[in-house]
Amino acid sequence: MRLQGGLIDRSKTLRFTFDGKSYQGHPGDTLASALLANGVRLMGRSFKYHRPRGPLSAGSEEPNALVELRSGARQEPNTRATVVELFDGLEAASQNRWPSLAFDAMAVNDLLADFLTAGFYYKTFMWPRAFWEKLYEPAIRNAAGLGRLSMEADPDAYDKGFLHCDLLVVGGGAAGLAAALTAARAGASVILADEDHRLGGRLLAESDLLDDQPATTWIADVESEFASLPNLRIMRRTTVWGAFDHGVYGAVERVADHLPTPASAVRQTLWRITARRMILAAGATERHIPFANNDRPGIMLAGAMRAYANRWAASPADRVAVFTNNDDGHHSALDMKAKGVSVAAVIDARPDAKAFGDYRLIAGAHVTSSRGRLGLRSVQVTHDRGREWIDCGALGVAGGWNPNLQLASHQRGRPVWDDTLHAFLPGDLPAGMTVAGAAAGHGSTQAALASGTKAAVEALAALGMTALPATLPRAEDRASGLHPLWHVPGKGRAWVDFQNDVTVKDIRLAHKENMRPVEHLKRWTTLGMATDQGKTSNVTALAVMAELTGQSIAATGTTIFRPPYTPVSLSVLGGGDTGTHFRPRRLTPSHEWARAHGAVFVEVGQWMRAQYFVQPGETHWRQSVDREVLATRKGVGICDVTTLGKIDVQGADAGAFLDRLYANPMASLKVGMVRYGLMLREDGHAYDDGTCARLTEDHFVVTTTTAQAGPVYRHMEFARQCLWPELDVQLISTTDAWAQFSVAGPNARKLLERIVDGFDLSNAAFPFMACASLTVCGGLRARLFRISFSGELAYEIAVPARYGHALIARMIELGADLGVTPYGTEALGVLRIEKGHPAGNELNGQTTAQMLGMGQMVSAKKDAIGAVMSRREGLLAEPRVLVGLLPVNPADPVVAGSHLFTKDAEQRTETDEGWITSAAFSPHIGSAIGLGFLANGRARLGEVITAANPLQGQQIALRVVSAHFVDPEGERLRA
Amino acid sequence: MRYSAFRVLKEALTGHKGWQPLWRNPDPKPAYDYVIVGGGGHGLATAYYLARTFRKARIAVLEKSWLGSGNIGRNTTIIRSNYLLPGNEPFYEFSMKLWENLEQEFNFNAMVSQRGILNLIHTDGQRDAYRRRGNAMLLAGADAELLDQAQVRDMAPFLNFDNARFPIKGGLLQRRAGTARHDGVAWGYARGADLAGVDLIQNCEVTGFRIAGGRVQGVETSRGYIGAGKVGVAVAGSTSRVMAQAGMRLPIESHVLQAFVSEGLKPTIPGVITFGAGHFYVSQSDKGGLVFGGDIDGYNSYAQRGNMPVIEDVAEGGMALMPMIGRARLLRIWGGIMDMSMDGSPIIDRTPVEGLYLNAGWCYGGFKATPASGYAFAHLLATDTPHDTARAYRLDRFNRGYVIDEKGMGAQPNLH
Amino acid sequence: MLIPHPLLGLRDAQEFTYLGDAALLNRPDGLTAPEAFNDYVYLRDNPAGVHRELWFHEQGDRSWLIVTRNTLTHDILGVELARDVALGAKGAK
Repeated sequence: MRLQGGLIDRSKTLRFTFDGKSYQGHPGDTLASALLANGVRLMGRSFKYHRPRGPLSAGSEEPNALVELRSGARQEPNTRATVVELFDGLEAASQNRWPSLAFDAMAVNDLLADFLTAGFYYKTFMWPRAFWEKLYEPAIRNAAGLGRLSMEADPDAYDKGFLHCDLLVVGGGAAGLAAALTAARAGASVILADEDHRLGGRLLAESDLLDDQPATTWIADVESEFASLPNLRIMRRTTVWGAFDHGVYGAVERVADHLPTPASAVRQTLWRITARRMILAAGATERHIPFANNDRPGIMLAGAMRAYANRWAASPADRVAVFTNNDDGHHSALDMKAKGVSVAAVIDARPDAKAFGDYRLIAGAHVTSSRGRLGLRSVQVTHDRGREWIDCGALGVAGGWNPNLQLASHQRGRPVWDDTLHAFLPGDLPAGMTVAGAAAGHGSTQAALASGTKAAVEALAALGMTALPATLPRAEDRASGLHPLWHVPGKGRAWVDFQNDVTVKDIRLAHKENMRPVEHLKRWTTLGMATDQGKTSNVTALAVMAELTGQSIAATGTTIFRPPYTPVSLSVLGGGDTGTHFRPRRLTPSHEWARAHGAVFVEVGQWMRAQYFVQPGETHWRQSVDREVLATRKGVGICDVTTLGKIDVQGADAGAFLDRLYANPMASLKVGMVRYGLMLREDGHAYDDGTCARLTEDHFVVTTTTAQAGPVYRHMEFARQCLWPELDVQLISTTDAWAQFSVAGPNARKLLERIVDGFDLSNAAFPFMACASLTVCGGLRARLFRISFSGELAYEIAVPARYGHALIARMIELGADLGVTPYGTEALGVLRIEKGHPAGNELNGQTTAQMLGMGQMVSAKKDAIGAVMSRREGLLAEPRVLVGLLPVNPADPVVAGSHLFTKDAEQRTETDEGWITSAAFSPHIGSAIGLGFLANGRARLGEVITAANPLQGQQIALRVVSAHFVDPEGERLRA
Repeated sequence: MRYSAFRVLKEALTGHKGWQPLWRNPDPKPAYDYVIVGGGGHGLATAYYLARTFRKARIAVLEKSWLGSGNIGRNTTIIRSNYLLPGNEPFYEFSMKLWENLEQEFNFNAMVSQRGILNLIHTDGQRDAYRRRGNAMLLAGADAELLDQAQVRDMAPFLNFDNARFPIKGGLLQRRAGTARHDGVAWGYARGADLAGVDLIQNCEVTGFRIAGGRVQGVETSRGYIGAGKVGVAVAGSTSRVMAQAGMRLPIESHVLQAFVSEGLKPTIPGVITFGAGHFYVSQSDKGGLVFGGDIDGYNSYAQRGNMPVIEDVAEGGMALMPMIGRARLLRIWGGIMDMSMDGSPIIDRTPVEGLYLNAGWCYGGFKATPASGYAFAHLLATDTPHDTARAYRLDRFNRGYVIDEKGMGAQPNLH
Repeated sequence: MLIPHPLLGLRDAQEFTYLGDAALLNRPDGLTAPEAFNDYVYLRDNPAGVHRELWFHEQGDRSWLIVTRNTLTHDILGVELARDVALGAKGAK
């Protein structure tokens, strides 16, 4: 029902639907408050027994009133109706029920509750074995789960950002406001974050006055002062959900969740806040008192009931009762009365309880049962004079308050039990954190205000700043007078964890079965594993277990809280880096040129490389690739190889340094020459290969493979800074600085002669493995390396990256009569397989120099990284070496990933002799060819072996050949 | 007491009065023939097989906290035998076969669910590597299927096929892989071991080894000295700490791996899916939570908690792969300590101290290995010879150069 | 985590790449002490507590740092340039 007053804007009416039915509410309402105002108490079903449920709370701890919010791709399951800000046109549906919320066929589970006790599923469903996946599990899975995903991609945008401050205040209630005010006045940079859209926290839910004024008056004064403080950032609708190392906090700002759609804004933003100090002022969560049938819609926390009345002008019923073990419950009754709601009784477990006003007090009594299938009708009260049923549509339960210490234990600090407050308080705190207000056990408004101020003064003092305590308003300072009552004894089912349907009986059973350590209790019964992560159940359950074991609560222990404080959408954690933005795209200098010339691109790590160039009439990639390969071998081909890592190595000791990096000698390399280099990891396995070019005595340029460009550079810096800092050598990665093209084929020299500025390219002047700095195209500085990956007469030419596009365009233009053809990574791969050059598939981190046929390159005369370990017994005993493979039947395919066996041998792990690393169709050979590692391969040239690919049902006869399918004598590349 | 549907029915009708404790809480005896240090999955399984299969008696498991409190209680529950190398694949396939009969054997429903694992392929090179792996699996008697893009789309139409930075080109599927309820595995082994007479001793931390003449005599514990004929150590992330008490340095680093679960959802994801171009894998629990993870944080840690960069990285991976999960919410993040070995593969071996045996180095893959690890370790403890499928897991393989490096990353634990 | 870079001040750990135990600085000489390599390459103290470890400022100034950090609490107790430490060790020899 709707009451008078409240912090809702009655001047505007908002329409919304729940389960298809239309209702009205006002700005300021939550979905839950609006539904209660419309007389709707039933909002959900529990997880296991599908019991009808209404809201337990008025906040983010809500375990019952979970709905599917919105529809279509924006459908959002498990949304707490208690924190959804109402907007016009809001659509919500109940979940985990079929066919309807009021009639849920799955509620049959409730009738079977005696069979479905804690852990029952560990004891059955084992026979027959095949039935688990086919029958039992699908049934369980369909019954389990809560809401549904739309299965469509989230259409909204998300963002992430970084913030830094002196002080982060988490929670904008009494303590948080006092802390932020104190610190901001002192000039500190302060961030105040609160999950609500409105500052004030619990103050908004109370009727208590501050300085004889409504609390909202004081809050408004504070907010107006906040507005004048540029060093303070207020983040509303922002949940600080995790406390990480070194003062880093995760926060989510719900930028547009209160709007029908985000329109042009992001929906949510993920913030990483780095704070020198943090004050946790997250308040407290009320706990309930389990009694038989304590889960009916209408039974809620007493503090939530009065929050609905005071803040949202809503009541779950026109006649309510309160069950309490402390004075605070009485204030709920008083507030309800003040709002015109009839209070049937206050049932107080304490025999000596006194009334605080004009209502019926039943002291020394317990609520022992309730009635009302879809909503509370009456409660049974038991006292020493007997039993009675009291009619009421709602019951507020007040069992005391648990400090919200979650963030304080995210770094595994254990909460500490306080016997005076009967609550857990934060224990060891993360560095830089202090706790204030109700979160620290300071429950009254006056104590909370004072502790917030004190915490701010101390936090700033720790930063060397002086803050003056703010003058605080006069506020209530009531004691709670709590006498613990952890559950009402009895035989009926008394819920402890509402969502997961864990009852006192289940805890008893866990105790009986020796699942007594709290973690066993939790895991055996699923207690505390619901979407509230035990906020409304853990402490109560611990107390029940303590009672059963006869131990103190302190000795019983506690489970620890883990992030996030409240659940966080996966979209916002992804921060919007999704779809094609998942990783950066690195484009080569010739990318635009390639695109304009028919290139199809392929992902190579972060790079996009031209895979092949489609010419008119080509309908299959093989046509393009074969053409590119043949054109290169016949005329000249050009390929952008910029992605290879390039590292400039300079200094007097550059040669000595490279000698230690590469397995083969480098210091002896002559100026103006290039040498192939093989790097090992320190464990002796092949790491990477590339070329070293010595441009001058103290200047080398080395290349790495595309994949290892980053790691090899890091590795070289490690060697330089950590292993041999005494050497005079400097490194810089120049991968992005130079565009580099391979120019390969018999006409390569002719083509290059057309662009070099009077440079002698003759074989005598610039032989195989020569290098030089020169200029091309009339003054453009360039580097030229006569190296070949294809076995052809070939060069790599590098120019400053910004000229890459122009250079390839010029070479293509000038080489038309030479048959110049751009080629992509596919043709590059075919050319190198034809030549028997290892690449990523061969250098996969598991192979050795010996396997690659380069064992002789590992110099025994010098100390280089990996040399010692490459000589270990196991590496030397490895029989597999790189060979070439040709199909006996030229029409047969060669398939990489096939395993190699002696012909007609039995095929199993023990008889496995190797595998095919790379394969391609060779237009040069006219059949498929492959490279592979084969045991004793060098001695088996000519042998026919079997390539087994049982995965695809293939057995192919292959002949072992030299890995050099093209020009094995190397005449072409030296031409 | 035997668990069965009949028993559940009977107890339900008689007020659940007859249930027995899952295990006893015995006080430690002065000495045992076999002391297993570590009451996690591997330790409990070892004790179970020692008692049940190898018929040994006088066995104790010493657990410093509660049973199952280590990585068995904090993993992402995946079981699979999709390894590449001959040192590994037969072992994990042996484990898979044990999984397939485990629940009937130890009379406890651990919810072993063979819903399949799908490793996605995004490049031609990856396809080659997965083909090699799939063939290795088949050759070792496991199952594997290579799927093309259309087949992947049929299985998981919700993946991002149309707007992806790294398009999905296929996948390697192992249908017999899947998940199991991690705690259930620990409890099943614990209960089975207890019923076979093993003393499971909780809150009993080993603080030292008593070694004389190169032979272990027993262990010092927080509950006093306990003599032992043989001591088997299976303490995962705590391996270096415990073995340092015996004077050993090991090829192991301890790292934190974070794991994640979402709020409960109606059935969404059929099996286990791993994203070959990002750091993300996911399955859905029987309760409905999406259980997912990614890379280790990457720095040495014993803190059982991690930091935001990995959380964001994992979420990015998830959102890039299956953008339909975006409106689900992350419910809980936790961390476990991984005993990352130098080649990414485990150690089940004797040590230089006679009578002291080591089971360690499981990296973040120990859960699936639990049955075979327990079996092989029990085999070693009982017979002093390695189990056939665990012969490669020698401690001296590093020195001798017989590493088992599935990822080809070399001696850098955080890259395995 | 935040790493107090000796030259650049507090930097997010995400800018760095982790390698491992700073004992990796003490590489044996391959010609004179090949037998020392197994320990160097494979064995680690792996302490639960104070750990000196190598981080590379990959997204930054490309310094290798030695960070002294507690592996139980993640508290950082000190940071040095690895090059300075390595040079110091060589000077001491």
